[in-house]
Amino acid sequence: MTKNIDNNRRSFLKVTAAAGGGMMIGFNFLGCEAKPRIAEFVAPNLEVPSKWNTLNGFLKIGENGVVTIMSPNPEIGQNVKTSMPMIVAEELDADWDRVIVEQADLDTDNFVRQIAGGSQSIRFGWKSLRETGAKARHMLLTAASEQLAVPMEELTTNKGKIYHKASDTVLDYGEVATAAASIEVPKDIALKDPKEFNIIGKSTKNVDGFNIAQGKPLFGLDIMEDGMKIAMIEHPPAFGMKIKSLDDSAAKVMAGISDVIRINVEPQGWNPQWSDVNAYPELVAVVGESTWQVMKAKKALKIEWEQDSDLESSAGHVATMEEALSSGKGEVARTDGDPDAAFADAAQVIEKTYTAPFLAHNTMEPMNFYANVTDDKAELVGPIQTPQFLEGTIEGVLGIPKENITIKMTRMGGGFGRRLYGHFGTEAALISKAVSAPVKLVYSREDDMTQGTYRPAYMVTYKAGLDDDGNLTAFQIKGAGIPGSPVFANRYPAGAVDNYTVENYQVATNISTGAWRAPRSNFIATAEQSFLDEVAEAAGKDPIDFRIALFERAQNNPVGADNDYDAERYAGVLKLVKEKSGWGTDTPGVYRGVSAYYCHNSYVAQVLDVALEDGLPKLKKVYCAVDCGIVVNPEGAINQIEGGIVDGIGHAMYSTLSFEDGVPQQSNFDKYRLIRHAEAPEVIEVHFVDNGIDPTGLGEPSLPPIGAALANALYKATGTRMYRQPYVDQVKLLG
Amino acid sequence: MAQFNLTVNGQSHQVDVDADTPILWVLRDTLKLVGTKYGCGIAQCGACTIHVDGKAARSCSLPIGAAEGKKITTIEGLSEDGSHPVQQAWIKHDVPQCGYCQAGQIMTASAFLAENKNPTDSEIVEAMNGNICRCGTYTRIKAAVKSAAENV
Ligand code: FES
Ligand code: FES
Repeated sequence: MTKNIDNNRRSFLKVTAAAGGGMMIGFNFLGCEAKPRIAEFVAPNLEVPSKWNTLNGFLKIGENGVVTIMSPNPEIGQNVKTSMPMIVAEELDADWDRVIVEQADLDTDNFVRQIAGGSQSIRFGWKSLRETGAKARHMLLTAASEQLAVPMEELTTNKGKIYHKASDTVLDYGEVATAAASIEVPKDIALKDPKEFNIIGKSTKNVDGFNIAQGKPLFGLDIMEDGMKIAMIEHPPAFGMKIKSLDDSAAKVMAGISDVIRINVEPQGWNPQWSDVNAYPELVAVVGESTWQVMKAKKALKIEWEQDSDLESSAGHVATMEEALSSGKGEVARTDGDPDAAFADAAQVIEKTYTAPFLAHNTMEPMNFYANVTDDKAELVGPIQTPQFLEGTIEGVLGIPKENITIKMTRMGGGFGRRLYGHFGTEAALISKAVSAPVKLVYSREDDMTQGTYRPAYMVTYKAGLDDDGNLTAFQIKGAGIPGSPVFANRYPAGAVDNYTVENYQVATNISTGAWRAPRSNFIATAEQSFLDEVAEAAGKDPIDFRIALFERAQNNPVGADNDYDAERYAGVLKLVKEKSGWGTDTPGVYRGVSAYYCHNSYVAQVLDVALEDGLPKLKKVYCAVDCGIVVNPEGAINQIEGGIVDGIGHAMYSTLSFEDGVPQQSNFDKYRLIRHAEAPEVIEVHFVDNGIDPTGLGEPSLPPIGAALANALYKATGTRMYRQPYVDQVKLLG
Repeated sequence: MAQFNLTVNGQSHQVDVDADTPILWVLRDTLKLVGTKYGCGIAQCGACTIHVDGKAARSCSLPIGAAEGKKITTIEGLSEDGSHPVQQAWIKHDVPQCGYCQAGQIMTASAFLAENKNPTDSEIVEAMNGNICRCGTYTRIKAAVKSAAENV
């Protein structure tokens, strides 16, 4: 269970002083000293121990008291590489300045759920990470109590040291680490009262921040290995097409090119997992010495393509969703009361339809992976949100047993859900096997954007009935998506309306789609919260008061039993943002929109202020209230929330991925518009609800509501409601 | 293939590459200086920003010939130890999320501040507008550039 390991693996460590605080981080994935590596060490005056004592899969303590904490989950920019080790360090009572954080490999013996997705790393890790730290602390205390021959109850810990007050003795963790490593891991362990936290809840700098600022090799694309070749793929130009024939005669003879091959990531008989989403299983791969040479050779390929299914277009997508919604053939997901009768009785009925296009993930670092496949072994290194699933796919597709597969995770230049689907890892492995060399597979931006696992296109029709007093008496949601409906039947305002119904419609497609940051919520929140704003206006009520009245109803006298939100916490963030934004006080020239949403177990409410400058909207300020329970790392949390807000505004306002005859019409940032500096809000102010509840998701929840806060503010500014994303088209029309 | 003489971060190099190779790929593949990032390859995102004779330039869209006789600086050469005021400001403001765009942001900011020591907010936004951050760290970038301006 416990073991001591010598430090020979670490003899290549490079230790440098970090300015501005920070910690030693990362490690040399490929274990080679002499050449460019990935992820070097950087340490603030830390002496690397010559011997480590392993207390458990997460923790090693050196004889000098320096602690290594493994970061088990993939890091995509959500900052778990800092926040998860903080949780372990808290219960260990470590001195954070003497902690090394090391990215763990895929290691199913030691870690569970090594996934970056669903904003769940902290929520699911919370208890086990704390227990890990607490158990190690207990082992250290046991060793100290034996060494000092005093009862354990007389010992206390603080910042990596053990104190025995009566004898005025102080022991460093390092002094008892060897003994502690051979003590049995305790089964049950008491955890700290959150009031005693002194690492959790303190803003702690990103452990990779110093390396990032220096441009150190941290990312998959940065991997360099001796004998490594560069590979790129060529995929069909349109969804619905496949390879007919390949003429590689020109490409093959170009300088630096060694191989042109065809690969298939879905061999016959292979049973794909959920993560094996890929519209183009069969690809052409070009392999050579340098990226530029391979890029040029790709252009020299002569490939004939043939159609094997429909070639879809965006205009057709809209028409098909409209047709679906009016077909009456939806699947009823929930009905409360008698909506038909209530609509018939309503004094006012409002009905509106909202749409949004497909979106690409566009992680700043395009898809890539390093693979070195030899006879019956595979080593893979790169950016992947689901390493365990990639391992399963490699086993299935290449027939290599799991115990012979190593998967190492690099820091990722963005995820947003794209790297849940690891076909690029499988492609790299197949190419490496075919050319018998280590390869780094690199997607060009165009390859990346035109072979996505896109956010589906959506359409939803909302209908609300109001009585004479402006009370909401009936509510209907009909949602369609290509391929699935965006509606969550049991979310707000379910539970707050007597007569309520949801119908879902699915539209099949051959375009590959998948989870995109805050799946479904990223669209449905914008539609729902825009609609409620319009309904509140029709009811003659303040939009915040109107929403809060519904929460009160859901709290005091809920309709139905399956409402999957806590109405009090939901109303709580609205009240907080109302107070912090000074809602109700008008500033001339400033137009405000409000929105609130619940997803990933967290509650977010936002007020966005827009001004018109030269007739164009300028985003002045966002006030954001968040209830995600205990905030592990406030600065990192605020950064996530700011990012979600900018991301949500950007995509609702500017971004679209459209299709003509199966061909994506945007393949790079000249046509695919991403939000830029000048378009982002000038100021974002974040407020947390302090309630001591166990932490919930934070990587996604700030994104969904903001699109509606923007739409509602734009309406105030321009008098036009935003029904179609991206809004920029309508705002342009106004200008 | 042809030979080119380069000065990168104060060191001279002779490289043998195709004449149309963008500086970006010479830096990354040939010189193994991978701090300079590839984001779009068409001068749209700024991830590949370097300094050519002190001015910010998009290395993905400059053929290697354009580097001859010029002083090239990459993120690795901005300072030896991360002590450049812009790097320090980035750490202080904990700017990065994924971090991938940040070398390009830092190179754009440092070239800008070398020219404009006392920028207004709108000058900062204008100067940084060509650098995309997909993670949306724009407000932090602005704050970091402002505080770096005080120390350049
Ligand atoms: S990679 Fe050069 S600007 Fe995008
Ligand atoms: S920090 Fe991720 S792209 Fe800027």
